[in-house]
Amino acid sequence: MSERAQLLLEIADDELILGWRDSEWTGIAPFLEEDVAFSSIAQNEIGHARALYELAARDLGTTADELAFDREPSEYRCSGLVELRLPEWERTIARHVLYEQADAERLERLKASDDAEVAGLAAKIDREEVYHRLHAEMWHERLKDEPRYQAAVDELRPLVGQRDGHSDELQGLWEEMTLVRRSQPAGTTW
Amino acid sequence: MVTAEQVWEALAEVPDPEIPVISVVDLGVVRDVRIEDERVRVEFTPTFLGCPALEVMRAQMAERIEALGAHPEVEVVLDDSWSTDRITPEGREKLTAAGFAPPTPRGEGTTLVQLQSNGFRCPYCGSRETALENIFGPTPCRSLRYCRSCRQPFEQFKTI
Repeated sequence: MSERAQLLLEIADDELILGWRDSEWTGIAPFLEEDVAFSSIAQNEIGHARALYELAARDLGTTADELAFDREPSEYRCSGLVELRLPEWERTIARHVLYEQADAERLERLKASDDAEVAGLAAKIDREEVYHRLHAEMWHERLKDEPRYQAAVDELRPLVGQRDGHSDELQGLWEEMTLVRRSQPAGTTW
Repeated sequence: MVTAEQVWEALAEVPDPEIPVISVVDLGVVRDVRIEDERVRVEFTPTFLGCPALEVMRAQMAERIEALGAHPEVEVVLDDSWSTDRITPEGREKLTAAGFAPPTPRGEGTTLVQLQSNGFRCPYCGSRETALENIFGPTPCRSLRYCRSCRQPFEQFKTI
């Protein structure tokens, strides 16, 4: 696999898995505005994943859906940070803040890439991510003096760049995420 | 044979599925129309990448072009060529008339301080006494605001 395809898959997997985890707040966030916010962020992240998979799929001669859903859990390249199911609000916010910081740095690098397709898509994604960062910064300001939040940031920070192996939580999510697709015969159209 | 002008006219009647008061042409997402014999090639850009309206827009554009007797090829371009600055002046007026505050020009940047400021006009009463309720809204492209003058919540198109 080319270096470019590997890089695209790494980012796409981060965004797909995080999108799924963020969507777990739909209907149960601590208050309605955050229900809307995390649902919308999840939708954006999965949209970014789709665009990145499409670019990778062209290089690899496959489709975005096959890349997103037909690989084994061990083949995903996402970071340890995005895999975890975090039903505690302070841990979800800690992940949100850590992810958006790391993602901003990654997008800055990609926007400067010599590869015009990668740089163009990164710039497109970054326009949307501005709003995720504003949301993360707002929550960081609100919680930064809370010991529970600080502990969650310390706990999760080492996972940001962790890409060797996966936790059991990814296996569980993968089973849910691919359930419908695995239950249908190949080639089923909807 | 159809002309590019006829195609642009037909596309100007394709509504945004989520904000039907404005068309895909008003929205500025149609980047190019090219006529190659019986084929009509349309390049269009997503607004937000996760926008579920994308496939609906693509299908509706193709349908309009088929109605002109041509063979449509509608291609989604995944680059950075769309921003809210591409919404036409007519599109901005239609948004306001439908109760959406149009996006601010990109040159002004986007920070939390700006979003929380009084800089956005209420589309109902014109007051600038408005407050940010939520950066996010019912679709990826919108934020929620509240007008303190006429006590009406309204949606603002995000600047991207």
